[in-house]
Amino acid sequence: MGHYLSITEDQKAQMLSAIGLNSTEELYSAVPSELVLKNGLDIPSGLSELEVLREMSSLAAKNKVFPTIFRGAGAYRHYIPAIVSAVNSKETFVTAYTPYQAEISQGILQSIFEYQTMICELTGMDVSNASVYDGASAAAEAAAMCRERKRTKTLVSSAAHPDVISVIKTYCWGANAEMLIIPEKEGLTDIDALRGMLDETVSGVYLAQPNFYGLIEDAEAIGRLVHEAGAKLIMGVNPIAAALIKTPAECGADVAVGEGQSLGMPLSFGGPYLGFMAATSAMMRRLPGRIVGETTDTDGNRAFVLTLQAREQHIRREKASSNICSNQALCATTAAVYLAAMGPEGLKNAATQCLSKAHYMAAEISAISGFSLRYKGEFFHEFVTECPVSHEALFDALEEKGILGGLPLKDGGILWCATELNTKKEIDLLVSVLREVSEK
Amino acid sequence: MKTLFEKSIAGRGSVYLPECDVPKITLSADLSRKTNARLPELSENDVSRHYSELERRAYGVNNGFYPLGSCTMKYNPKIDEKVAALSGFAEIHPLQPIKTAQGCIEVLTRSEKLFCEITGMDAMTFQPAAGAHGEFTGVLLIKKYHEMRDEGSKRTKVIVPDSSHGTNPATAAMCGMTVVSIPSGEDGCVDLEKLRQAVGEDTAGLMLTNPNTLGIFDKNILEITKIVHEAGGLCYYDGANLNAVMGLVRPGDMGFDCVHLNLHKTFATPHGGGGPGSGAVGCKAFLAPYLPIPLAVSANAEQSLNADFAESIGKVKSFYGNFLVLVRALTYILTLGREGIPYAATHAVLAANYFKKRLSEKYTIAHEGICMHEFVMTLENEAKQQGFTAMDISKALLDRGIHPPTMYFPLIVHEALMAEPTETESKEALDEAADIFLAVYDEAVKNPELMHTLPQKTPIRRPDEVSAARNPRLRWSAGE
Repeated sequence: MGHYLSITEDQKAQMLSAIGLNSTEELYSAVPSELVLKNGLDIPSGLSELEVLREMSSLAAKNKVFPTIFRGAGAYRHYIPAIVSAVNSKETFVTAYTPYQAEISQGILQSIFEYQTMICELTGMDVSNASVYDGASAAAEAAAMCRERKRTKTLVSSAAHPDVISVIKTYCWGANAEMLIIPEKEGLTDIDALRGMLDETVSGVYLAQPNFYGLIEDAEAIGRLVHEAGAKLIMGVNPIAAALIKTPAECGADVAVGEGQSLGMPLSFGGPYLGFMAATSAMMRRLPGRIVGETTDTDGNRAFVLTLQAREQHIRREKASSNICSNQALCATTAAVYLAAMGPEGLKNAATQCLSKAHYMAAEISAISGFSLRYKGEFFHEFVTECPVSHEALFDALEEKGILGGLPLKDGGILWCATELNTKKEIDLLVSVLREVSEK
Repeated sequence: MKTLFEKSIAGRGSVYLPECDVPKITLSADLSRKTNARLPELSENDVSRHYSELERRAYGVNNGFYPLGSCTMKYNPKIDEKVAALSGFAEIHPLQPIKTAQGCIEVLTRSEKLFCEITGMDAMTFQPAAGAHGEFTGVLLIKKYHEMRDEGSKRTKVIVPDSSHGTNPATAAMCGMTVVSIPSGEDGCVDLEKLRQAVGEDTAGLMLTNPNTLGIFDKNILEITKIVHEAGGLCYYDGANLNAVMGLVRPGDMGFDCVHLNLHKTFATPHGGGGPGSGAVGCKAFLAPYLPIPLAVSANAEQSLNADFAESIGKVKSFYGNFLVLVRALTYILTLGREGIPYAATHAVLAANYFKKRLSEKYTIAHEGICMHEFVMTLENEAKQQGFTAMDISKALLDRGIHPPTMYFPLIVHEALMAEPTETESKEALDEAADIFLAVYDEAVKNPELMHTLPQKTPIRRPDEVSAARNPRLRWSAGE
């Protein structure tokens, strides 16, 4: 059995004696005896470190690590510079608590402050919080931020990620607020339908940019429409695409959110990821969660603190803007290190390579008979094609070559993704397998 | 210290990617952003040194004693990090075909079995990302339960004791519920009479920690859950304080219907300076159909994900939660096992009682008697009569290299300091810390004025929080 205790049996006796007890059982004298587990837990005995490493490694070995991935759909494999894990595995960053004691937590606080600045730069927004759980819960929190006494309805584009829609729906149901889906047309949010849905009860409209199909929405036009109706625009943006695409601020967004996993976090079977949230100054005090601000200490030196805490649960209890306490701080630091390492040109280059490779791949795939591109709109690094053969045959053939193909959609199409990690050679191999399978 | 942005030099940077090997594409101008994001331009050495400096200006469990009450800052085993970094976990796409992710789903199903046994529950979800997120999920299960019985519009009140974590009432509000706060009795436990008066046909449920935030195990727990059940409500267990009793007493046996666990507290996963955590939620069988989808299922050594639950509350997070945090917690449970888990709990309680005994030489303990994993001191008299506060003691501790206890919580104790040493501190560490706490107290009695000027040896002195909130500067900008 492994354990991490350092009190010896002799010391245990000394400590018990110091508190006037004879046995550790007496520590639990307040617990009704009928509640105490008679035969202990029915779980296996503990293991040594080596045994547990073998056990967990054998579990990990039951998963297939694909050398080549053309699947995104909300989780993207990008290149992560080595400096990122070197920094985010620093023991103090890993083991610190939330920085309540500012005097000894400047390192954590400053790293979050720098992260907030970078998120503002990427989105063009005025203020950012210290992160929430993921892109989906960020979207749901943003919907709550936009609700007012008489405006409580949230509209969500059906072209958003299905998990994001589902999470917003859960949060809205929890708050007894209505959520409606805006239909899509040719893979894009149907602007005419949206126009018909906007009324004086709508508080916020959620739009994904690029959307689930990889398409770039006319966010500016949608923003104008939403604002004319007196509602607020929430944009869910891809942070790599943000290096190229018109910013949420330029599109008039009131709140910008997104899934930050692409900024230096591995796929990790879905988490931990990073929900980023930024807003206009006007919405600042409605932001949920931690926010770091700059101030000075008693000597006049620069200091960072958790601030605007009058929004938060530990002060406001049931009147708080959200119940969030722990967020994804280490993931926020990871994103900041990633962005600091890549720099403005590096990020733009990564984004341009995603864009370029996806377009090369789309042209090559759609040249195969039956694999036509489904939508004609401009896209970033994901796109949908039709598929003339059975998904199973296709994905099995790809898997044999170590390739994770695009995401099969229920209606038979495939959602493909390319990032800067995918080489031309890999794409050409993919295309040759597709051709082979479809010609069989 | 300078920010990354002040260290930026135009034109500096590293090259991480090869030249693009396909024709370069540009977006049409009307879709493109007008200016580049102004990210810092740094060499890799700049980045490395910057974060090394930041690390020196932070404080983790690796740096020293961290008795932050209700946060369970125990040692974070390094093997857990190594396992979480295995490519067979870290490089798995959440939407990979099920047959290529059997190991990941087995992590979910095996963890579910272990945590159900530890909590006395029948089903678990690992989708919630933190304790408060788990609370949200748990209270939504309760909401759904009442809706399914056509009592949703009637049962809208959630009872919380006034000693509860702030997340409890905040959670109830997010779930569209009204909060009924009930005062604690003299002994710090739930006042049964007050509870009986509070419950009724409008009761959705009760949210409770046990042991509570005063570090007291509520001996009337069976009566408490009975009162709520008889009124038609359900009982929610806030698992923030499970470390005191894990492997010894189970929330399910206390009468709770659902529970969240803070894997980043009780199960030793690191806190990361404020996350990522994991707020696993367990429930009794009758609530299981409402759990977030998908659920991991194990049958005949075949692992699968089942999203076919028409009555599910839906999803609370993308995919399956903070998966790699769960990998760490599973590693920890396999390491400690059936003997190690209660052994750790017992030692956490022993350490708290020993530390309390040492400190009680000078400090006033809010509630006498044996405590569980934590205890609360009050500096109320000192603040009134001697001119120093819980805040002053905390700041003085910073100068001596100790992370202070949780300050000013729970709210029902004035000038509170809440200490939780955890089981992984040695007797020497406890003795050394106790000596420092006592010396600081003496110093405060002798010279209360000096206390207001502390700390003096930390990277910064006391920050001006008032002007930070009045004049918020939440991002760096070039004018500074």
